[in-house]
Amino acid sequence: MLKAVILIGGPQKGTRFRPLSFEVPKPLFPVAGVPMLQHHIEACAKVPNMKEILLIGFYQPNEELTRFLFNAQQEFKISIRYLQEYAALGTGGGIYHFRDQIVSGSPEAFFVLNADVCSAFPLAEMLSFQKEHGEPNSFVILGTTANRKQSMNYGCIVENEETNEVLHYVEKPSTFVSDIINCGIYLFKPDIFQHIGAVFQKNQQDMLLNPYDGEEPTNGWHRAEAIRLEQDIFTALAGQGKLYVYKTLGFWSQIKSAGSAIYASRLYLNQYHTSHPERLASNKEGGPKISGNVYIHPTANIDPTAMLGPNVSIGTGVTIGAGVRVRESIILHGATLQDHCCVLNSIVGWDSTIGKWARVEGTPSDPNPNDPFAKIDSETLFREGKLTPSITILGCNVTIPSEVIILNSIVLPHKDLNRSFKNQIIL
Amino acid sequence: MKALILVGGYGTRLRPLTLSVPKPLVEFCNKPILLHQVEALVQAGVDHVILAVSYMSELLEREMRVQEERLGIRISLSHEKEPLGTAGPLALARELLNVDNEPFFVLNSDVICEFPFKDLLQFHHSHGKEGTIVVTRVEEPSKYGVVVFEGDTGRIHRFVEKPQVFVSNKINAGIYIFNPSMLSRIQLRPTSIEKEIFPVMAEEGQLYTMELQGFWMDIGQPKDFLTGMCMYLQSVRQQAPERLRTGPGFLGNVLVDPTAQIGQHCTIGPNVTIGAGVVVEDGVRIKRCTVLRGARVRSHAWLESCIVGWSSSVGQWVRMENVTVLGEDVIVNDELYLNGANVLPHKSINESVPEPRIIM
Repeated sequence: MLKAVILIGGPQKGTRFRPLSFEVPKPLFPVAGVPMLQHHIEACAKVPNMKEILLIGFYQPNEELTRFLFNAQQEFKISIRYLQEYAALGTGGGIYHFRDQIVSGSPEAFFVLNADVCSAFPLAEMLSFQKEHGEPNSFVILGTTANRKQSMNYGCIVENEETNEVLHYVEKPSTFVSDIINCGIYLFKPDIFQHIGAVFQKNQQDMLLNPYDGEEPTNGWHRAEAIRLEQDIFTALAGQGKLYVYKTLGFWSQIKSAGSAIYASRLYLNQYHTSHPERLASNKEGGPKISGNVYIHPTANIDPTAMLGPNVSIGTGVTIGAGVRVRESIILHGATLQDHCCVLNSIVGWDSTIGKWARVEGTPSDPNPNDPFAKIDSETLFREGKLTPSITILGCNVTIPSEVIILNSIVLPHKDLNRSFKNQIIL
Repeated sequence: MKALILVGGYGTRLRPLTLSVPKPLVEFCNKPILLHQVEALVQAGVDHVILAVSYMSELLEREMRVQEERLGIRISLSHEKEPLGTAGPLALARELLNVDNEPFFVLNSDVICEFPFKDLLQFHHSHGKEGTIVVTRVEEPSKYGVVVFEGDTGRIHRFVEKPQVFVSNKINAGIYIFNPSMLSRIQLRPTSIEKEIFPVMAEEGQLYTMELQGFWMDIGQPKDFLTGMCMYLQSVRQQAPERLRTGPGFLGNVLVDPTAQIGQHCTIGPNVTIGAGVVVEDGVRIKRCTVLRGARVRSHAWLESCIVGWSSSVGQWVRMENVTVLGEDVIVNDELYLNGANVLPHKSINESVPEPRIIM
């Protein structure tokens, strides 16, 4: 049997996702109409012999997460549990801490997926690749090709081109090493814990030899247990005949910033043509005009003269008035878009209202469409002291008056704006 | 009676509109700028209008022949081969102006107001001196040349250019009446009537002022063109409110040509002029704009403080603002944002213009 672990992080992470992560844990943010995590869970549930999915993170148990887990278990008929770390233990420390839970029932292998990636998740392909490469207990990293410049923002993998063995691994190098990058999706055998355990032992010994003399809020155990898969494990395993890379041509992107959520939505909406055609809206008598891939929640109320798409996701209970235009945007639940307003390259927060003839517009941060290997840039909010033009984000319960323009701006929750804003963060 | 209108050159300040149409023929509130002046002059008894132009335009000549016929007057074009300033054109047209002993009107072609020609003629006769200039009150006299005159009689003492201390809040409105005798003061060479002729006349006690009642605007550039439109429409509201369009979907002063079509669920106004044959589709919002003949504004567009050129097309969900001016036959594609764009004729715009600039 098989298991899967999804690393969901915690509340101190995902700050680049503000102000949207104020309202909902980032892994539950809807991408292409469903929570980000659900794409992972669907992919895992599809793998034959998958018996359990474990979410590991350091969020306090909360209602949204509980409800999501309950619904997902019902829908996918599989055990899904949340295991809470006592502190942020890193990608290796988390799974090591819960190793007993993972290996209970003796799975022959388990996947580890980072929650903040968007992917076609070729998990079955990784399994068959594992069977055909290296020794029976080898581990597999999902890799993809990036361009030279952007590769340095990721974990870089040098492989043996004949055997696909990982010869060298380096996280975010400062010079070019390889254009094969780590997708944050792994297939491990239970003996990965021996390797993580060895690092843990070494950390502990180091601590005894060099006792930390500063004030430390957490105990020494924590420092020994905080282990990063990438730097601490993969770097050591490279060239040992244990670690292989399966290179995918399928779509893949990180979802670090809110801007990348719109791009990730586009990738998933496109995948729906094969995976979930029922989730894509189509032009129907009495319905709005649909252009390209659009997800509309059945509870949304949309005027037939509105025009939506491409790449639009409309959440539950959203109201869209006459002559409204929405393109390349995510409209979260309970939002109201009044007549004739125009929303482009934006995320409209929960229960926000956009007035008549208002224009809410952002600048897309899509990868260069002419470079097949380009990835979304990890944007910095400011460049040379100026806010870089980005998608426009309206936090929860923001009110935009009629006829104004909100351009390349981020509006924090619960604001009533009374005029136009451009290139600003509105506190 | 005769009148000379100083039309001048290419009207570069009103580009891109004047790249397609000579400035006097650009419609201001659905009537060519020049006709606002000519019709008012005809009402005051003028039967010969001389246009002082520094370039020849077939379009202008042809249109003037039509207007001669329509108004039953004579219209001459006096063509200066080199720029003659604001006074030189009077010398050039001396033969036409000096045929009898009657006073004649002179006006700058860019000004728009409730032209007070009858009152001006009467006042001019009453003081019996060589010239009368119309003055208008401004809020910030320091930006202009002001006129200092005797309150009771209107006799001008002097002119002060951009006064640093307050001396007067009245400026030259660019509307004059002169006796033919003043022509002897002007030679056929580039001369400024304001700087070289008026001060001398004032010194000799030959120049009087009459204060303008109501609005006044120099509409020589797009921003002021729109401000002038607001003033003019307000004056229409007072003088002839039946010319304005009212009813559901219309706010404030809106002038719509009878041949224009307005769609459903639009909100138009305040301060909008819509020209002949214009099509405004459903769900459009327009305020403080002039939409010129034959243009089309497509559904759900939002326009504020714009001039939409002849036969231009503004796409669906386009937002245009901040004195965006489209020349003739410009196409703005759907969903774009134009902020203070100045678009030359026959362009197709495919990208937003988030900051003011000229689109060649």
